[in-house]
Amino acid sequence: MFGYYLDLALRSLRRNKALTALMVLAIALGIGACMTTLTVLHVLSGDPLPGKSAQLYYPQLDPRDMDGYQPGEDPPVQVTWTDGMNLLRAGRADRQALMTGGAVPLQPAQSSIEPFFENARYTSADFFPMFEVPILYGRPWTAADDEAHARVALISRKLNDKLFQGRDSTGETLRMNDVAFRIVGVLDSWRMTPHFYDLNNGSYAEDEGVYLPLTTAYELKLGRNGSTDCWGKGSDPDHMDTAPCVWLQYWVQLDTPAKAAAYKQFLIHYSQEQKALGRFQRPPNVRLPDVMGWLDYNKVVPGDVRLQAWLALGFLLVCLVNTVGLMLAKFLRRSAELGVRRALGASRREVFMQLLVESGVIGLTGGIAGLLLSLVGLWLVRKQPSDYAALAHLDLPMLLATFLLAVGASLLAGLLPAWRACQVTPALQLKSN
Amino acid sequence: MLQIKPILAALKRHKAGTVLIALQIALTLAIVCNALFIIQQRTEHLSRPTGMTETNLLTVANRWVGADDKATPSLGKTDLEALRRMPGVVDATLTNSYPLRGGGWSTSVNTTPEAKKEMAHTTLYFTDDHALAAMGAKLVAGRNFRPSEIEWVDAKEFQTTPVVIVTKALADKLYPDGSALGKVLYHSGHTKPSTIIGIVERLQVPWTGTWASNFAENTILIPRLLTGNFGSYLVRTQPGQLERLTKAVPKLLIQTNRMRVIPEERGVRTFAQVREQAYKSDRGMAILMGVVCAVLLAITAAGIVGLTSFWVGQRRKQIGVRRALGATKHDILSYFLTENLLIGAGGVIVGAALAIGMNLWLVSHFEMERLSLLYVAAGVIALLLLGQGAVLAPAMKASRVPPVEATRSV
Repeated sequence: MFGYYLDLALRSLRRNKALTALMVLAIALGIGACMTTLTVLHVLSGDPLPGKSAQLYYPQLDPRDMDGYQPGEDPPVQVTWTDGMNLLRAGRADRQALMTGGAVPLQPAQSSIEPFFENARYTSADFFPMFEVPILYGRPWTAADDEAHARVALISRKLNDKLFQGRDSTGETLRMNDVAFRIVGVLDSWRMTPHFYDLNNGSYAEDEGVYLPLTTAYELKLGRNGSTDCWGKGSDPDHMDTAPCVWLQYWVQLDTPAKAAAYKQFLIHYSQEQKALGRFQRPPNVRLPDVMGWLDYNKVVPGDVRLQAWLALGFLLVCLVNTVGLMLAKFLRRSAELGVRRALGASRREVFMQLLVESGVIGLTGGIAGLLLSLVGLWLVRKQPSDYAALAHLDLPMLLATFLLAVGASLLAGLLPAWRACQVTPALQLKSN
Repeated sequence: MLQIKPILAALKRHKAGTVLIALQIALTLAIVCNALFIIQQRTEHLSRPTGMTETNLLTVANRWVGADDKATPSLGKTDLEALRRMPGVVDATLTNSYPLRGGGWSTSVNTTPEAKKEMAHTTLYFTDDHALAAMGAKLVAGRNFRPSEIEWVDAKEFQTTPVVIVTKALADKLYPDGSALGKVLYHSGHTKPSTIIGIVERLQVPWTGTWASNFAENTILIPRLLTGNFGSYLVRTQPGQLERLTKAVPKLLIQTNRMRVIPEERGVRTFAQVREQAYKSDRGMAILMGVVCAVLLAITAAGIVGLTSFWVGQRRKQIGVRRALGATKHDILSYFLTENLLIGAGGVIVGAALAIGMNLWLVSHFEMERLSLLYVAAGVIALLLLGQGAVLAPAMKASRVPPVEATRSV
């Protein structure tokens, strides 16, 4: 029966080509716009470390003085050097890393490459296993290197390709800011989207090219990129280790919820202890969001992207209403034909099915056209200058979602017209002819 | 207008179709109003002049590598001399930032040292006596800096300078009676005054975002060059020399001294490129909104055409009867136009409410301002006209139905 319905549908659609084209086009545009914006939204709000992100937490403390204190206020979004180092050395989590972003002048040994600045991450040894950073050559530095302020560095695969043509460069020397560093390892391709562990330099920034021990970078006063918030006597560029400023990110790995609860208790005890010592003045104000919680809190997905997604949904709605109206008119106009079918013995259900097949054909065609349009749309998005542009690609789940959306939407659009049309009274239709 | 009653009676027999068209008009109105408003917000400042002469202007971002901060003044001086000597170069200056660059120094400014609340927000450009010529900014009162007033200073130690040049916008804000020249200002909460020795017609701040919109032209030029490893050279070229110098300037700088990095991306840009990049995302959003509006209106119009055509086809016999009973072509035409106007009116009433509701929701969730009712009014008129235009063709067709149609059975 399905084949027969399909044949009927195609005949009917061919009878009025302009109208069919209009319905297909409307659905295609609606679906195309929706899928483009939803794909961008999906990519940008994705989990950067699936399977691991629920075990990674971002402790927040409130070390500020009472100036401007308001109960219930959010704690600062970074930590001070003192607190970061205290928590790092306490080692109460399964893994922990203290970090900040920076930029270092790189002076390649080859004269063919001009000196250039490379984005860097100054961090501690646990960074690499904690964030499951893939290592191509060599190994990460150790906690002992951190303590010794060792002149060691890891570099990204991209930088390794640029400087060493992709060969194993471990053991080589790299001059940065007039200091010789020994390369101990090379990362494999790695990009976190969003750049969750440090959102200060763009939520979708590329990962860094150079990784150095934080202690070394601080000793050498290497240039920092990021934000600094101070209170009291304010910033002191020469003594950032004691300045009342938050400027570092601190991440911990806690394998079970019980450990997370215990760690939160530890942070409260730590705050109380620091208050007793006179360093903290405010009552303990502790947060411990995990990766997704931290991303939500920072509203990393750009407003424009969310706005575009809502707009596209509205657009699809108008397109669907349009299609429903046209289909309704079309089906009702065929009342006479449907009346004959009913009179010849087709049940209401069968007529309904026949009409649904017709709307399904429109939906499917519109969906396929919409998919092509969304590929064009994503290509246009990739042409944009934003730092997330390169990420806009259609993945398999979104591809399936497109089809479900297209067929579902058009079937939904077909329901009302088909139902109305199959209500025809056969006798009345036959009589009027 | 006498036809309203029969029209309403007829529409009752097409409830679903009527409601659908009205709903489509309502949704389209709501989206188009808000989209147009977003376009207006985004494009408002696209055409804002920077106050500089933007043709024949080259920007070069420079970063010293391995140079001590104390050494950078002499390096900078050498650079500037070399640049100014270059054939094809009119003038060159060094500055911490420039209009549309994106990053810079912003601070508060007052006319008294005691004031707790800032009178205005402003940006500071640290530059020299060649800045006005290199930027192509127009001095409307007072004088330029003298070479003897220029010094080098560490950004961390900078406090105030005895003399400054300000923009007219800032001068008028501080001294609304127009007497700013020769008066003093206090910035960044410092207690030492700076005398306004010159006023430039206009000079925009480095930022284009909404947060900077209330001080977009409040600028102070400080006769100090910053030591340290960052800075941007602004090079004004003779007409027709820009393209050549875009390549020659970085080459000359590298020749002068290799201890520097000129970033590959955005290191050397003509000002046309600076402007394009500064406004690219705003322009992109505005274009997108424009396309969405156009497509929505087209789809709605097509929908109205389609549905009305069906109704006309369905009612050929009735139309024939009316024509046979004495209705003129004009009567039939106005019947369909009025019918569409009634549906459209219902649609736009709901749509106006939807548009305002949608705007309130956008205001609470995104950085949006309240929709001006002017936009709703314009949208209402536009959609009603669109409806009338769309219905015209099917209505004309209906009016051409001959009276003899009444006698046909099918």
